[in-house]
Amino acid sequence: MSDVVLEVKDLHTYFELEEGTLKAVNGVSFTIRKNRTLGIVGESGCGKSVTAQSIMRITPKKNSRINGQILLHHDSGPIDIAQLDEDSDQMRDLRGRDIAMIFQEPMTAFSPVHTIGNQIMEALFVHGENDKRAARKRVISLLDEVGIPAPERRIDEYSFQLSGGMRQRSMIAMAIVLNPRLLIADEPTTALDVTIQSQILRLMKRLQRDNGMAIIFITHDLGVIASMADDVAVMYLGKIVEYGASREIFKNPKHPYTKGLLRSIPKFGEKDGAHLATIKGTVPVPLDPPDACPFANRCGEFIAGKCDVRMPAAIHVAPGHSVNCVLYE
Amino acid sequence: MSGSSLLDVRGLTKYFPIEEGLLRRVVGHVRAVDHVSLSISRGRTLGLVGESGSGKTTLGRCVLRAIDLTAGEILFHHEGVTTDLAQLSRREMREFRKHMQMIFQDPYSSLDPRKTVFDIVSEPLRINRIAAGKALEDRVRTVLELVGMDVRYMKRFPHAFSGGQRQRIGIARALSINPQLIVCDEAVSALDVSVQAQILNLLKDLQEEFKLTYLFIAHDLSVVEHVSDEVAVMYVGKLVEQAPTQALFTSPRHPYTEALLSAIPRPDPDRPLPETGGIEGELPDPANPPPGCYFHPRCPYAEPICREQEPPLIEIAPGHTSACHFVEELELQGLED
Repeated sequence: MSDVVLEVKDLHTYFELEEGTLKAVNGVSFTIRKNRTLGIVGESGCGKSVTAQSIMRITPKKNSRINGQILLHHDSGPIDIAQLDEDSDQMRDLRGRDIAMIFQEPMTAFSPVHTIGNQIMEALFVHGENDKRAARKRVISLLDEVGIPAPERRIDEYSFQLSGGMRQRSMIAMAIVLNPRLLIADEPTTALDVTIQSQILRLMKRLQRDNGMAIIFITHDLGVIASMADDVAVMYLGKIVEYGASREIFKNPKHPYTKGLLRSIPKFGEKDGAHLATIKGTVPVPLDPPDACPFANRCGEFIAGKCDVRMPAAIHVAPGHSVNCVLYE
Repeated sequence: MSGSSLLDVRGLTKYFPIEEGLLRRVVGHVRAVDHVSLSISRGRTLGLVGESGSGKTTLGRCVLRAIDLTAGEILFHHEGVTTDLAQLSRREMREFRKHMQMIFQDPYSSLDPRKTVFDIVSEPLRINRIAAGKALEDRVRTVLELVGMDVRYMKRFPHAFSGGQRQRIGIARALSINPQLIVCDEAVSALDVSVQAQILNLLKDLQEEFKLTYLFIAHDLSVVEHVSDEVAVMYVGKLVEQAPTQALFTSPRHPYTEALLSAIPRPDPDRPLPETGGIEGELPDPANPPPGCYFHPRCPYAEPICREQEPPLIEIAPGHTSACHFVEELELQGLED
């Protein structure tokens, strides 16, 4: 079990709103191993981003509440991130050194008034480096590693001087400067053009091969998931409804939601005027949701008295492949 | 090619001036759209693809004369009469605009939050003085039903609706005055996958029922492949390839199209993104494009001539055009079925 980097057990992240309790993450469990990529896929409001923010402990302090365990494994034993104070020195130290995150919009991740280089070097200084020239050298080689041309010049530029692709590369450089064991990527290529996206995806794969980090890759794009993930968690309304090896999920999906999602994307060469399969209705808001299958009201295989009375348990349908659906109970 | 063309765009060009200093001196131009010609057949869909800065949105806006063009012709064939929209005055254009409508990307910002669904959908009818009173209300009801909206909600404001429902409202507004041409600018890009499929199906049904012609602008190639009869590919303001959909996707004839297709992540673990290869570099600055073929700095097949001469757009098969010096020699890879 020594290759386990992070274990999330029964994570709940709730937001207290005037209208009620928004159960953004509602009982999520998964394990992440070294050198592997877990893809979390789902539509807007499924809780995939809040899951990531909970692991980083960057959900709004004022009205959010985290329950469950987020165990970060060290040689010296596990640390439960869920129990830490988000402003504590220990949590600050974990961010960047153990777990780093990249976002969809790199423009907002960088300060517009500091150069890219200074911002990346800052992370080194905060975490103990005090030789300025060594830090600069390290950042230049890192910018080179993530594919930024003329890094000795780019290091002194500001984020607004860079293209979207270069900004995303810089953010990746900033994320990996301390060699984190886990990288969380939240829709990192969604705002990029397709040719730039493929460059960034390749870069992430190469970095993982070189340094063995674990990756949580969050996206709504099933094509990106298929390219990147070893394992896939399909989320819907705060819950993981299906979990398994990428190949299993794409070739042998079990949950009606997973099946519906896969059917509703246009596939090449399947034309002849056919309609796309759809999932009826829209994703509801998880305000005070009932304790039942979250997909019940949109499901084509809904069984009254079964699906709407309790949350189905996780059923193992194949090794490593589990599904939460009464059809398999 | 079946059917007659509804729209023929010839040499459409749009330059945006780059101004500098206090006196707003013009120091250069961004060639957003540069001598683009294309045709759309009546009742068909032309997909227009390209990455950011390719000029696809600007082209769509020029076709509707939402912005003025720098040069070119926009020939609209309607009831046996051909009208060059580029020559119409603003007033004449206002009259003509009832034949063409637009559906926007962002269903959140494209609907006025202070207007009810009824106000939004009836607006084109009122502006064009097509209907009033009872007739107006009937027409709004009809189009809302067409797009699958519950007419009981027509006095509500947009914020009460989800993204997919808002997009239906936008479609109802576009449909209300029976247009011939609808420009769909990234019309499904902001929607969740399951909702996107509903809207694509709706657009397809409406096209069949009302013989609508679509100019479908999008960056998502799998969506474009699904909806389009023909596809045009733009790169930095220029049309680089146009072909019937299947030909473009299975046997592309321009290296940029090949690069685009190879970059698509497929939802199939048996077709992973290759770890090596792939297109390098970024899109050039449209204000300062490279000489010769704009794609040459990124093109794996570039030869000296590509740096010097701009390749002409030539027809290599019926309905299939490409602008590449080596279109006859190259064996390019498309998507296998």
